[in-house]
Amino acid sequence: MTIALPRRAALLGAAATLAAPAVHAQEGPIRIGEINSYSAQPAFLTPYRNAWMMAQDEVNAAGGINGRRIETVFRDDGGRPEDAVRHAGELVNNERVALLSGGFLSNVGLAVADFANQNRRLYVASEPLTDALVWARGNRFTFRLRPSTYMQCAMLVEEAAKLPARRWATVAPNYEYGQSAVRWFKELLTRAKPDVQFVAEQFPALGRIDAGATVQALAGANPEAIFNVTFGADLTNFVRQGSTRGLFERRSVVSLLTGEPEYLDPLGDEAPEGWIVTGYPWEELNTEGHTRFRENYRRRFNTHPRLGSVVAYDTVSAIVAMLRKSGGTGTDAMIEAMRGLTFPTAFGEAEVEFRAIDHQSTLGAYIGRTALRRGRGVMVDWRYADGRNYLPTDEVVRTLRPQG
Amino acid sequence: MVQGLSGLASASSLFLVASGLTVIFGVTRIVNFAHGSLYMMGAYLSWTLVTALPRGHLGFWGGVLVAALIVGVIGVLIEVLLLRRIYKAPELFQLLGTFGVVLIVQDVALMIWGPQDLLGPRAPGLRGAVEILGVRFPLYELFLIAVGPVVLGLLWLLFHRTRWGTTVRAATADREMVGALGVNQRMLFTTVFFLGSVLAGLGGALQLPRESVNLQMDLAIIAEAFVVVVIGGLGSLPGAFLAALLLGQLQAFGILIFPKITLVLAFLVMAVVLVVRPHGLLGRPPASAHAAHVVEPPYPPATPLARNLGFAALALAVLVPPFMGEFALIVFTEIAIMVLFAASLHFIMGPGGMASFGHAAYFGLGAYGAALLAKHFAAPMELGLFAAPLMAGFAGVVFGWFCVRLSGVYAAMLTLAFAQIAWSTAFQWVEITGGDNGILGVWPSAWAQPKLVYYYMALVLCVGVTLLLRRAIFAPFGYALRAGRDSPLRAEAIGMDGFRIRWVAFILAAIAAGIAGGLFAYAKGSVFPTYMAIPRSVDALLMVLLGGVQTVSGPIVGALAYTWIHEQLMRSFDLWRLFLGSVIVALVLFFPQGLVGAAQRLTERRK
Amino acid sequence: MSASDRARAGVPPSTEAVNRPRQDMTLLVEDIHKSFGGVQAVAGVSLSVGAGELLALIGPNGAGKSTCFNMLNGQLKPDRGRIVLKGQDIAGLPPRRIWRLGVGRTFQITATFASMSVLENVQMALLSHAHRLFDIWNPVTREDPARAMALLERVGMAAQAQRPCGVLAYGDLKRVELAIALANDPALLLMDEPTAGMAPSERVALMELTANIARNSGIAVLFTEHDMEVVFAHADRILVLDRGRPIAEGLPAEVRADPRVREVYLGTGATHGIA
Ligand SMILES: Nc1ncnc2c1ncn2[C@@H]1O[C@H](COP(=O)(O)OP(=O)(O)OP(=O)(O)O)[C@@H](O)[C@H]1O
Ligand SMILES: [Mg+2]
Repeated sequence: MTIALPRRAALLGAAATLAAPAVHAQEGPIRIGEINSYSAQPAFLTPYRNAWMMAQDEVNAAGGINGRRIETVFRDDGGRPEDAVRHAGELVNNERVALLSGGFLSNVGLAVADFANQNRRLYVASEPLTDALVWARGNRFTFRLRPSTYMQCAMLVEEAAKLPARRWATVAPNYEYGQSAVRWFKELLTRAKPDVQFVAEQFPALGRIDAGATVQALAGANPEAIFNVTFGADLTNFVRQGSTRGLFERRSVVSLLTGEPEYLDPLGDEAPEGWIVTGYPWEELNTEGHTRFRENYRRRFNTHPRLGSVVAYDTVSAIVAMLRKSGGTGTDAMIEAMRGLTFPTAFGEAEVEFRAIDHQSTLGAYIGRTALRRGRGVMVDWRYADGRNYLPTDEVVRTLRPQG
Repeated sequence: MVQGLSGLASASSLFLVASGLTVIFGVTRIVNFAHGSLYMMGAYLSWTLVTALPRGHLGFWGGVLVAALIVGVIGVLIEVLLLRRIYKAPELFQLLGTFGVVLIVQDVALMIWGPQDLLGPRAPGLRGAVEILGVRFPLYELFLIAVGPVVLGLLWLLFHRTRWGTTVRAATADREMVGALGVNQRMLFTTVFFLGSVLAGLGGALQLPRESVNLQMDLAIIAEAFVVVVIGGLGSLPGAFLAALLLGQLQAFGILIFPKITLVLAFLVMAVVLVVRPHGLLGRPPASAHAAHVVEPPYPPATPLARNLGFAALALAVLVPPFMGEFALIVFTEIAIMVLFAASLHFIMGPGGMASFGHAAYFGLGAYGAALLAKHFAAPMELGLFAAPLMAGFAGVVFGWFCVRLSGVYAAMLTLAFAQIAWSTAFQWVEITGGDNGILGVWPSAWAQPKLVYYYMALVLCVGVTLLLRRAIFAPFGYALRAGRDSPLRAEAIGMDGFRIRWVAFILAAIAAGIAGGLFAYAKGSVFPTYMAIPRSVDALLMVLLGGVQTVSGPIVGALAYTWIHEQLMRSFDLWRLFLGSVIVALVLFFPQGLVGAAQRLTERRK
Repeated sequence: MSASDRARAGVPPSTEAVNRPRQDMTLLVEDIHKSFGGVQAVAGVSLSVGAGELLALIGPNGAGKSTCFNMLNGQLKPDRGRIVLKGQDIAGLPPRRIWRLGVGRTFQITATFASMSVLENVQMALLSHAHRLFDIWNPVTREDPARAMALLERVGMAAQAQRPCGVLAYGDLKRVELAIALANDPALLLMDEPTAGMAPSERVALMELTANIARNSGIAVLFTEHDMEVVFAHADRILVLDRGRPIAEGLPAEVRADPRVREVYLGTGATHGIA
């Protein structure tokens, strides 16, 4: 495992961190406070942190931002929002970071966003998918990179509506992400195809799916198609039980995030075939920008990038672009720069924009089908779904987000 | 029908893990938190062996068995190096040590096997499925269904047909008898630990063809395994089997009607069973009331030295903060809150002798009490802080009424069940509580917004309530509570209503925890279900045990030490779990009476 | 003339002690039964004890003596029968209620609060008596120790008042239990093997003390004892149980002479004192 992190082996000297903070010279490095659930979600966040360091080193090697280096202080929230909030306080007050970033779990993202709002700091949320982050609970200080639950559902619905299936079943982890994914999918699909019917829904507890019983329960409802939101270990177990029991035979499956290498790789030669998924075809994606990114990453870490790597790399790119634009680290200036900011993505696709209207970036995702190649799951027939095409109209967005 | 079969397969896997746990508990009375880690290691080790060995029957089944045996050896190491040294420590103290092991194993597994989920090969010969009533059912699941009863049968033979087994049963029924039989108790404990660990390892290894191997396996299984053991009756193998069957079936059929029930089903069942049968389905009340009786040390009034230290600490807490940075104030506020939280748990755990595995419920309900008022009625902080103890206290009234009737681990597990029910309510009732996304914007009133002001307010409330609890411990009520713990027989014989006394204590502890929770909500500005999740209850337990459950100042020192260490490690190290686990294990080994207990011994020796 | 003197002299106790009208009795027990599963632990025991009287309940191990005590103080509910204390039927009440009605008790296996000092143990009983257990404010250490000390004085434990009960010798624990039992000015004292674990000289002294307190304060005492010397020296009357059934009752001299009693005791080999 390769983790590159400036270690602060400062346990004994830690008392110093509680004393009044040292004041950093204006011309020192620009510091970013990055909070994530590193120990709780290592599968996603280890590649994430690798790519983060890579991006940072590239920027600094190229002379930094107007001569100032960027520097990142990492904090592990262990999956607890309350710890994330404490880290945020420490990063802002002691480490004197210019802005906050990160977040994997939605509730951690929301907690930090609220902290940012209260303390008037910029927060660039990289991964949390919840729609609330930029809509219902959106605030002036928070921006989000990843395509949200709504956007990814909209991408999938576009494909799902083309299927002949009318009887649908859903399976999703029992927490906000799973629930709202199912809700959006149902709503959008019903809008696109009013005669669909939802005949069963399963909500196994996150990380503790009883796959045999869940598969059997879905099969019992005899749907024509299945919408899956489980991921990680739940997905693996679900797929294994499902294929042995023939759940996926003669049925279409539409599945969120399953094309991401984080979740496809562990399935090995048991990866399902023909599922319609969102994800990241890292192997076949040969845009100029992505090829460079992939090879650099491989050279440095001796493995291929995961989606987490792209998310981290793009987050750094966005922050760097914003700092170049703002010309300083005043929060208001940075927010002004963030609104409508365009920056390149490691996907090598068209430039991404942070929308001024709701602070959501237009980063997209790839949609395709899963297939087995050389004993591994891959995405085939994929296309890039640009995020800007999967967002509600501006009028709708204004009703979703508190204005003012 | 096939749904029922699916339930049976899950029941079998669960039984394997639970059987090891119940055997270990029956004999050693250790609440082995690390049992889930042993299970996880079984899975990882078998993955390594099976993928390394040549494919085929020998490679697969050999790998599984060898993995289970290696886990058995690891279990023996844990027993010999750690637990054996602390059998004489206060009840539940071993839990602290095994929790250290959990943390260590998590990081070690991450280092060895990496962060990605691993998918093992399927079992040779059992890859496919058979057609049952027109539905395909995996062969391997059928195999698992058979494994449960077979293991139960083998264990039955072992316990009824061998000398060793007879001794184990005798020791489970009555611990005093072990000494009386003149058995080599050390050998017995070690071998029992070996057997239990092998069963855990086997349970993990047999999941290989079924599930992916991942780093969350340990905590995912441990709570459920405990639930099975408790529902079945501690120490009872047939009970564990029955409970596993019951849970497996309820789970399999429950999801057909209530798809979201999986979150709490096990805990709901446990709560019902314990309310109806206080010793589980097949458990028996302990053979003799005083068999497990440990003589608790007295609570001496604070020595002048301790008193001065306390005043000095308080003076520091009052005088230094104005000169500190904002973040230090945040940390200090949090520490003050944790001191109260730990003290509230200690109130029922120390003088009351009732451990709670679900104390976070009252902390969390306090936080939610404040946050819900703020969210739905835009109530100011002053009102929210008033609502916090009310809400927690009300829960204490209801939950406590059931919990204080039970004793020992059963009572502790019932508190856990209620905490999980409260947690899942906060988690699932999205319209009211915001679900896992929590409630945001719970900020203090304008006057208390400055961190320093909020800190002083929290300090006054936390130290004040902590001192009140301390005062109650030295008042007739605290004595009556201790009286009921020391000798329920005598207490009842001099007119004390043990139930009412414990109930009131439970309510007081809930109220105090609620105050801590309310302060925490405003300090963080947001409230989440994690506030009442298991890890926070465990934190409270660790703080109390670390400081020394048998002392009055223990929880205060424990909270200071634990919050401080935790905070520092989490900030500074990648492998903070490994370090924290090692620190805990070291403390357990060197201070089996807790930090304050050790300090007291030291000063006594000087005298 | 004390009971022991009378016993030694072979003189029957004053007749009014034996033939007192039954309603006046502090404790009146009629035909109580208790079985555990298949074991009939107590089957048809009746007895009565008057104020200032010492009734000994004797019998071999497992005869049902402790079970009787447990029914009398409420720890067990009799299957059948009446238990009347000062005219009130108390059968089935919880121990704490019975205690409030004036029944003090010591246990065969001592039960004290190990984490508290001797003095505090007695103070607990006093606080309970004064209904002050839910006081969460006033430190126990600031309570006036005078009454508790007086009780300890009576049982000869004043010197050890500050020692924790967890470290006391067994005989001393029995004394503490007696002090606790006396704390609520009981009308009836139940003492299950009060002298077990004591040296012979101590036993005589303790029972002498008990007898004096009982007579002076008019307390009815029911006690069990395996040491026959103690029994015959101090009991006014004796009730003999065997396998749950009463087999003899009467004055010490009568019981001593009863052939059934001799048989039971000879059968079990516990013959000290009966000769
Ligand atoms: N809780 C109980 N459950 C089952 N059996 C019991 C219980 N308590 C007592 N017994 C049985 O009832 C019978 C009477 O017991 P008890 O303790 O009353 O005898 P005892 O006369 O006090 O004997 P000892 O002189 O040994 O104290 C015995 O056979 C005993 O085993
Ligand atoms: Mg007895």
